[in-house]
Amino acid sequence: MSRIGTIARRTFLIGSAAILGGVAFGVYKVRQPAPNPLTPAPGAAALNPFVLIDQQGITLIAPRAEMGQGVHTTWAALIAEELDVDIAAVRVLHGPAAKAYYNSAMVADALPGKGYDTSEFQHTVGEALGGVGKLIGLQVTGGSTSMKDGFIRMRQAGATARETIKQAAAERLGLDRAQLKTENAQVIAPDGQTIPYTDLAEAAALIDPPHVELRDARGWRYLGKSVPRVDMVGKSTGTAQFGIDVRLPGMKFAALRINPNLGGTMNGFDASAAETMPGVERVIDLGTGIAVVATNTWLAQQAADAVDIDWGAAPYPPETDAIFARIAQAFDDKPNSTLRDDGNVTSPRDGGDTATLPKGTISLSADYKLPYLAHATMEPQNATALFTHDALEIWCGNQSPIFQQQACAKLAGLDPDAVQIHTTLMGGGFGRRGEPDFAAYATQVAMAMPGTPVQLTWSREEDMTHDYYRPGALARFTGTVKDGQAVMLDARIAAQSATHQALNRWAGLPAAGPDKVLVDGAFNQPYAIPNYRVRGHVADLDLPVGFWRSVGASFNGFFHDTFIDEMAHAAGRDPLDFRLELIRPVHAPSAGTLDTVRQMSGWTGKTPEGVGRGVGFTYSFGTPVAQVIEVVDQDGSIRITRAWIACDMGIALDRSIIEAQMIGGMIYGLSAAAYGKITFSDGAVQQRNFPDYDAIRMHTAPLTEVAILEANTYLGGAGEPGTPPAMPALGNALFDLTGTRARELPLSNSFDLRV
Amino acid sequence: MSTQLTVNGTPHRVDLPDDVPLLWVLRDEIGLTGTKFGCGVAACGACTVQIDGEAVRSCQVSLSDVWGDVTTIEGLGTPDSMAAIQQAWVAHQVAQCGYCQSGQIMQAAALLAETPDPTDAEIDDAMQGNLCRCGTYPRIRAAIHTAAAKMKET
Ligand code: FES
Ligand code: FES
Repeated sequence: MSRIGTIARRTFLIGSAAILGGVAFGVYKVRQPAPNPLTPAPGAAALNPFVLIDQQGITLIAPRAEMGQGVHTTWAALIAEELDVDIAAVRVLHGPAAKAYYNSAMVADALPGKGYDTSEFQHTVGEALGGVGKLIGLQVTGGSTSMKDGFIRMRQAGATARETIKQAAAERLGLDRAQLKTENAQVIAPDGQTIPYTDLAEAAALIDPPHVELRDARGWRYLGKSVPRVDMVGKSTGTAQFGIDVRLPGMKFAALRINPNLGGTMNGFDASAAETMPGVERVIDLGTGIAVVATNTWLAQQAADAVDIDWGAAPYPPETDAIFARIAQAFDDKPNSTLRDDGNVTSPRDGGDTATLPKGTISLSADYKLPYLAHATMEPQNATALFTHDALEIWCGNQSPIFQQQACAKLAGLDPDAVQIHTTLMGGGFGRRGEPDFAAYATQVAMAMPGTPVQLTWSREEDMTHDYYRPGALARFTGTVKDGQAVMLDARIAAQSATHQALNRWAGLPAAGPDKVLVDGAFNQPYAIPNYRVRGHVADLDLPVGFWRSVGASFNGFFHDTFIDEMAHAAGRDPLDFRLELIRPVHAPSAGTLDTVRQMSGWTGKTPEGVGRGVGFTYSFGTPVAQVIEVVDQDGSIRITRAWIACDMGIALDRSIIEAQMIGGMIYGLSAAAYGKITFSDGAVQQRNFPDYDAIRMHTAPLTEVAILEANTYLGGAGEPGTPPAMPALGNALFDLTGTRARELPLSNSFDLRV
Repeated sequence: MSTQLTVNGTPHRVDLPDDVPLLWVLRDEIGLTGTKFGCGVAACGACTVQIDGEAVRSCQVSLSDVWGDVTTIEGLGTPDSMAAIQQAWVAHQVAQCGYCQSGQIMQAAALLAETPDPTDAEIDDAMQGNLCRCGTYPRIRAAIHTAAAKMKET
């Protein structure tokens, strides 16, 4: 077969793999022209979308956003495990935006199952999920899905490439493939002769990929160990390149000011003062704001601040209280979802009759309120763009290259193929960098200056006041306990739907159907409560919301687990025992995490005077996580002193990275629980920079121990599940210390926490 | 307005207004992007460099006020020849997103220069201005102790 024919056929193979979820081995036809590093030069071969071999060596493609979670390292480890290459000796690149890099796990996670209980997959697939189904082919990093997605596919990519290289060696040596071994990027013949992969790749690219079995876990070299991260030296020497570090010849620097009334228009502006300021080259009208292009980012920022702008009003109520009143109104509507309805829930709040409850039943109810939150990634939003009339190049950290490509192409009036997205490392994502706004603004600026690359950097103030916020949320819980046992739990949750908004914003899909994410972390908790109902209510508000580390579980984790704690106390039970007893019959791995934190923390249910301890538990993203948090009263100010975490994601692919994610996820949750709030006044966000939106720091971070268990049946996520239980665990610890129950966050509103 | 300054031992002459903060001179003029912008208001420490060995927030030092030789993360060590503190950072696998780490390392290096064997309380004091949204604090603490031990040996 001619080489062209081979390429065409294999390209097709990749196309079908994108539907079947298998791996395609074949020549990957890279769509972008040079200087894309993936384009196979003469003598180079892209063995499949994930393995590229040229004279310089071996490059593995990890097309997932590296935002700190270590995905490039573990993704590369999955390939290297089968390919027999040394991770320290290969290059790991993100690669271009491409359909071949779709996320196969995300759609499965959108099904309405509870996760820990597979039979629940038989539940009706809601209407909104039809929309999600259309999104197959998305190259997205999020939902803690990367390892679920890559675990089999990437090992297969490595194994198929290895065996094909061996086949090329076998043909060259006149031997049988089975006689050959591989090690350290070389094929080894029975007589000890070695041939480097780099010498065989071109021939291998013409060979039909053989069928390959994956290796047994017992023989793993990299997986299950702690692999030195591929990005660690760069990040310890200032040489790692983030989006904000992109430097191109002739590049200009730009600053942004967008309407603080989010979604509002701009009535007009006067830039005459700004235009004469030092270094300023252009002031650009963006419709909803302005950008200033200058020779230096700071000079651009100063000039942007000097532009006098007449802003249009926001399309939502201008004050926080009015916004929350609108969220509360959602309780009056019929629920958007009832994803759990076990037994027979009689809730007095629904007009249910409590008089008939059996004697000895204790009823309790609680309302909770959680604020809007900003992502506050350490690296402010930014993107660099170069527009040349018939093409557009974008450099930015992002969690969704194809969305970025589509959004920018649309703005520039170009075919998506004419838009090249270079995904850089990113200084934190936490869900913020799935949005295409930063690349879109950079595109607008670049279009005003064809031929000149422009880097548009947001000030921290612009970043914090123009987020897609974690929705503010309200909850109304009712429960009954009797004889120390949970009898009933009825939960109603109201918030804006980040899913509906994002589907509309990213894919133009209409908002419809039950939103699983809105009740995630509440409806799918593994508790054996006989009468158990969870309903979600969607608040209709035009305020930009998005996906914030752990998404729905970031509020539901607090609501659900805090209420369980309240039920335990109402029942007169030890809160850890109470949880364990309800969880053990439903999901043993979840119970295992609670058993483990009990042991690690030496939990007795009693604490000395001046010390409080709380337990928190949330099952999210397929991973149960239990945490115990300890607080100490030190001269009237409360310090978070110690924490114990146990998690179970089934297979611990990299222990060091998982430990880091668990601690980092917990600290992200504690930061929000202790200090995080976004409020509105006159339509604008009031918190503008870190002094108004502080977080846990070195002196306020607890000493932490992590246990990683492997009893879970399925591979769970790591990046997000550490966040949800931290918030209730801290609230529960403060209750233990002070007797005051926290039903609102942040806790610094009502407790004297150390700052 | 031409100003002379020495960064990592190399003299530079830059043509920028006097009030441009050192951070933006380094990043946008000299092209040393290891020093990061996080807040611009002395609240995060991402921009930390050293002037004559003292850790300073480069977003708060105007070009005309730079009073001595500037050392940035690039001047501390290179990937092929890392300083002891950078080796400790790698050994403990500290970085997650890594964006705050240049500032953390410059701050920690200044701490160790002054306090060769810091206690946990001294680490708390010195490092609390350096925010890390990824929550790498426990490993930063461990890496500082390791670097201290290593520097004592040599
Ligand atoms: S950028 Fe200087 S302290 Fe944050
Ligand atoms: S490593 Fe991400 S902010 Fe510190």
